[in-house]
Amino acid sequence: MSTPTHTTHEYHPDSTGSKIAMWLFLFTELLLFGGMFLLYAVYRAKNPADFHYASLNLDTKVGAINTGILLTSSLTMVLAIGMLERRNRKASFWLLVITIAFGVWFLINKYIEWSHKIHHGIYPGSEELIGRTAGENLFYSLYFLMTGLHGIHVIAGLIVLGFMAWMVARPHQRSLPISALSAEARPNAVSVTVEYGVDPKLDEQKLIRLENAGLYWHLVDVIWIFLFPLFYLIS
Amino acid sequence: MTDAAPSYLADQRRHKGLAGWIFSTDHKRIGVLYLWSILTFFSVGVLIGVVMRLKMLWPGEHLYSAAAYNAFFTVHGVIQIFLFIIPGIPAAFGNFILPLQIGAKDVAFPRLNLLSWWVYVVGAILALTALLSGNGPPDTGWSFYVPYSLRTNTNVTLAVFAAFILGFSSILTGLNFITTIHRMRCPGMSWFRMPLFTWSLYATAWIQILATPILAITLILVMAERILNLGLFDPARGGDPLLYQHLFWIYSHPAVYIMILPAMGVISEVIPTFCRKNIYGYKAIAFSSLAIAFVGYLVWAHHMFTSGMSDTARMVFSLLTFLVAIPSGVKVFNWIATMYKGSIKIEPPMLFAMTFLFLFSIGGLTGLLNGALATDINVHETYYVVGHFHYTMFGGTGMGFFAALLYWFPKMTGKMYNKRTIVVAWAHIFVGFNMLYFTMMIMGWMGMPRRYYSYPPEFHTYHVVATIGSWLLAIGVFMFLGAFIAALRKGQPATANPWESATLEWQTPSPPPTENFHDIPTVTGGPYEYKGGHPA
Repeated sequence: MSTPTHTTHEYHPDSTGSKIAMWLFLFTELLLFGGMFLLYAVYRAKNPADFHYASLNLDTKVGAINTGILLTSSLTMVLAIGMLERRNRKASFWLLVITIAFGVWFLINKYIEWSHKIHHGIYPGSEELIGRTAGENLFYSLYFLMTGLHGIHVIAGLIVLGFMAWMVARPHQRSLPISALSAEARPNAVSVTVEYGVDPKLDEQKLIRLENAGLYWHLVDVIWIFLFPLFYLIS
Repeated sequence: MTDAAPSYLADQRRHKGLAGWIFSTDHKRIGVLYLWSILTFFSVGVLIGVVMRLKMLWPGEHLYSAAAYNAFFTVHGVIQIFLFIIPGIPAAFGNFILPLQIGAKDVAFPRLNLLSWWVYVVGAILALTALLSGNGPPDTGWSFYVPYSLRTNTNVTLAVFAAFILGFSSILTGLNFITTIHRMRCPGMSWFRMPLFTWSLYATAWIQILATPILAITLILVMAERILNLGLFDPARGGDPLLYQHLFWIYSHPAVYIMILPAMGVISEVIPTFCRKNIYGYKAIAFSSLAIAFVGYLVWAHHMFTSGMSDTARMVFSLLTFLVAIPSGVKVFNWIATMYKGSIKIEPPMLFAMTFLFLFSIGGLTGLLNGALATDINVHETYYVVGHFHYTMFGGTGMGFFAALLYWFPKMTGKMYNKRTIVVAWAHIFVGFNMLYFTMMIMGWMGMPRRYYSYPPEFHTYHVVATIGSWLLAIGVFMFLGAFIAALRKGQPATANPWESATLEWQTPSPPPTENFHDIPTVTGGPYEYKGGHPA
């Protein structure tokens, strides 16, 4: 992105600013899920017994394994950031690959769990469910809706992490001093490189991006930590 | 850079022609892109409104079918709300003016800013596709209430998806502005030296971030219900349609403050400039913006007084609704106190700012009748609500938008419009507006329900008056917009500071150079300091 031929106009090395924006974005994600937690709260308050009964049919073991997977993936994520900070790009890259592998494993478990339910005729609007109580219908609708939307967030997170791994694997761009630029690039260049002096071993820009990606991944983890007890552990 | 730095309009970057605009990350170019897009949709929305009123000239079935009428009021609402008023002032003028007002070179994330415009365009294209394809445009009203929105065969899913996408654009703009205001103020620009327009954008940006995700999930639910048949709002399967209304209004009430706060910010700029006086109660206005943003978040259920909620809930929401009138009142009184003993000069922006004060006050006061339970039960779902809403939103935000256009147009283009044309257009707008919407309030008071295709004969005269008002209003609006097109072609050149205003955006040439300021300015005083009729 910020090759030295760009003007200051497109160069913003403000790490605090990026963090602020990322946290604001995470707020919006929390509120998005907040709307569904609101529905959950109301419907469970109205149908406590049905929710309890429906929850019995969910496989707590799979849920617990998935919780463990996501929590561990958060750990590897933090380690990946730490390794980039310590200028160990290789370790950072492999830790990201492990994080992605955990994410994929989570999705596979989710897939098996869902297909199991659907195989037994339990999905929104199914014949099987229509015959059961209203509370069970609501429980399963919320279950598929909330874990489904969470799953979409996991997929989005995996795409982001994939991009991060690619970014970390690439060698750092060494910024050139203005005197090294071609004649036509020089008038447009600004002395940001001199002012901010990019460390050839540590690209601040990459670190900020990785940290922000990490924040997002933790959010996905945190949301699951709420989903797990609300669906699996209430029976 | 020298004094001869080219203006942002002349500065040729990587791309040429149209591409130089639609791929530009310059906040000023993006602001202008938004302005063009928003004005286009606004004009379409106005025309649809005129077509709706045309039908109401006579009762009974004529001109077009009742189903078409349902589609018209839905499309009018969706366009004017999601494509015009919500992005309106923040995206067009906020983008252009905010960095100038705080002495910054650009917003914090210029590429994100360009992305937000593209997202807006994609949302708009989807919305138009929803109108023109499939089983016809949605006919649910802009609020997409269940259960009807789940049953109708019209193109609801796509329209809802379009609104969802537009929400993203709004969120991106919001987080960009908050970060910009926190991180990019020039030396000396402390929080309480920021112009009040910037303050209002700050408060607005917070609402955009905190409220829009709730709309997003609500719209996702409508789509999920239609596609996956979840039954979450279906009473037969244990669901509760009332929860849809709650979720919808948790966003859509704060959204009216997304619409009105930036307009209030514009008025806070225009009034001190044309009264040659420091604004009265600067901090009170700044904090009242935040208070509106905060309390406005807690009043949503006053849209649902007749929905069968518990009395406790209704009373609490009624009380909170009255509370939110206080910070709005604080602003109105402060503006009037600013005008008191000022040397008022009635230039076009001031004319529209005063129109805002007049119309918005009517809108605000008639709103109190909706906030009170006993009266609301009677006027709910009538033309009274439609009239009230248009007084606040069109008379408030719309006039604020017009005032902003008049005030900053010379800065944005370096051209001055024909002030006489503007005054003539204003007269049409003012007379037409009151004929149309005041008559609506009277009809509503008499019991005319909204969204009805026909009406009993005793309402005929009123409907004729309102329809004639709509013609005058539309003529005025298009005359007004035409004045700017004419100014672009052959307007007189405008000076850097044609209104002799004290805020920072006027301290750089019109139109500003790409980098905004020759040198990054240093601020030493408040934004509205005048001495002897000139900026101090």
